[in-house]
Amino acid sequence: MTRKIVIDPVTRVEGHGKVTIHLDDTGNVAQSRLHIVEFRGFERFVQGRPYWEAPVLVQRLCGICPVSHHLAAAKAMDVVVGAGTGDGLTPTAEKIRRLMHYGQIFQSHSLHFFHLASPDLLFGYDADPATRNVIGVALANRELATQAVLMRKYGQEVIAATAGKKIHGTGAIPGGVNKSLTAEERDRLLKGDGGPLNADQMVAWSQGALAFFKDYYKKHKAFIDGFSKFPSNHLCLVRKDGALDLYHGVLRAVDADGKRILDDVDCQDYLRHFREEVKSWSYMKFPYLKKLGPEKGWYRVGPLARLNVADFIPTPLAQKEFEAFKAATGGKPNDMCMLTHWARLIEVLHAAEKMRELLRDPDVLGGDLVVRGQRRPEGVGIIEAPRGTLFHHYAVGDDDLIQMANLIVSTTNNNEPMNRAVHCVATTYMAGQKEITEPMMNAVEVAIRAYDPCLSCATHAYGQMPLEVTLVDAAGAVVARRRRDRT
Amino acid sequence: MGVALVEELEAWATAEGIPGLVFDSNYQLNAEDALAVAESRQVVFVDAAKEGPAPFEFRPLAPQKEISFSTHAMPPESVLALADELYGARPPAWILAIRGEVWEPNEPPTAAALSHLAAAREFLQGWLRKPG
Repeated sequence: MTRKIVIDPVTRVEGHGKVTIHLDDTGNVAQSRLHIVEFRGFERFVQGRPYWEAPVLVQRLCGICPVSHHLAAAKAMDVVVGAGTGDGLTPTAEKIRRLMHYGQIFQSHSLHFFHLASPDLLFGYDADPATRNVIGVALANRELATQAVLMRKYGQEVIAATAGKKIHGTGAIPGGVNKSLTAEERDRLLKGDGGPLNADQMVAWSQGALAFFKDYYKKHKAFIDGFSKFPSNHLCLVRKDGALDLYHGVLRAVDADGKRILDDVDCQDYLRHFREEVKSWSYMKFPYLKKLGPEKGWYRVGPLARLNVADFIPTPLAQKEFEAFKAATGGKPNDMCMLTHWARLIEVLHAAEKMRELLRDPDVLGGDLVVRGQRRPEGVGIIEAPRGTLFHHYAVGDDDLIQMANLIVSTTNNNEPMNRAVHCVATTYMAGQKEITEPMMNAVEVAIRAYDPCLSCATHAYGQMPLEVTLVDAAGAVVARRRRDRT
Repeated sequence: MGVALVEELEAWATAEGIPGLVFDSNYQLNAEDALAVAESRQVVFVDAAKEGPAPFEFRPLAPQKEISFSTHAMPPESVLALADELYGARPPAWILAIRGEVWEPNEPPTAAALSHLAAAREFLQGWLRKPG
């Protein structure tokens, strides 16, 4: 007879998570599942719309990473309008889009670390959730909290300057962009208005955040290294020379030993290499590499995967941190779930360096914004969103209306890893238990939160869904249930 | 509807030449909004509401430090608390909750929702014209 534990909802995760843990007759964890319980199918809402509307419409998918969807859709539509497959834009258009994207990475990663992860690090995983939050961070470490606010604000200002506005931006259009920067906008972002909101300060604060995490890691190494650690494949885009490139590249995957299992595939060919499995207990699909099948072909995406796949980081300060990160595992892929935070902060530093580099480039002031060529019936746009690889694929009819849309979002790519992470934690904390305690809830949340999932995005649903954990026995009877609602 | 109202009010304030008003919109509230709150003398949060009275509800807000948020977004009370903690700012704040009806993507607002929006706009224009 097995028993089952359910955790619902997952707090500080965008969307609604429901966790069910089945125990066997001896009280050991037999199976753990992260269910996604809401589905609204966003793809159908873009069908029948003119293709040029897609980069704006898809931003409604998510309030956290609208820019990633905006850019992925624009990249797909670049192909449709004959503007090449990622390398055909004008220098100004590509650099403005990259600036927008690094602004998004910077503000999203900063939000995750300071707002969602740092409370766990500052107060411990067992602390009362009423104080283990960003207000608690403000009370305990005003400097950290103030920097977090300003880093978020800076990223948002970069987005507003490149996308036209903070909400429902229109900056990226099929074949290019509809604006570049004015010299005033460039100077304000590069040098600030006499205050701290300038590119150099963002680089310095990013280094400070990394130092904060590395200090924490030094003091809690045993916990961090052991928490929810499991081997996996890793996938991301890389530049053709193997550099970390969050905007464009080829698809590369490595296995748990670092051996290449997907060798620099062109994004337009993704369908030949990926499949998605459907399981009856979740609306979120399970992507995998076709040649390895669903059992062996699943993979991680996101900051940890990216640093495991890329050969180097093309900015000097982040490269130095990357070398330390790689040295920690002797150059092998890092499979420690909590070190995703380290990888994320290295990417924050990389994004800050890239923004500064782009703002110093005169091309961002240019006037040659759009390229058009031979119209094509289909296009694929893939980008490294903050949470991982994001696929947008559209088919467009001769009438310019979208006939088909397929989106594989970052959180969906991380579906199997998040389930494995929950299973690791459940095996450690819940075997033999008859009730679900706050520390157990927290452990499950911490494991899921390392992936910074956006479940609204993954189910293509709107709004916020509340974590529920249920413990069920072998006969299907609920032994315990605990729910944490959003307030 | 919140974004629509803010855009309408911004155009109205510009046309009427009403000084001292700052308008902002985003997908959801977040930590950086604490800085905007701290820089303001009074704050009105505007959003569509799934529940509550029609056509709208206008009520004062207080900072709430004991929160248990579940997502990347922050409720307005937490933004106020963060402004208080980080910047020592506690401006008077209100929420204008405009009752919505249909929440599907690409669906235009219903006639009732548009009427709620118009009523909220008229109310807030009157409120903003008052001295103080």
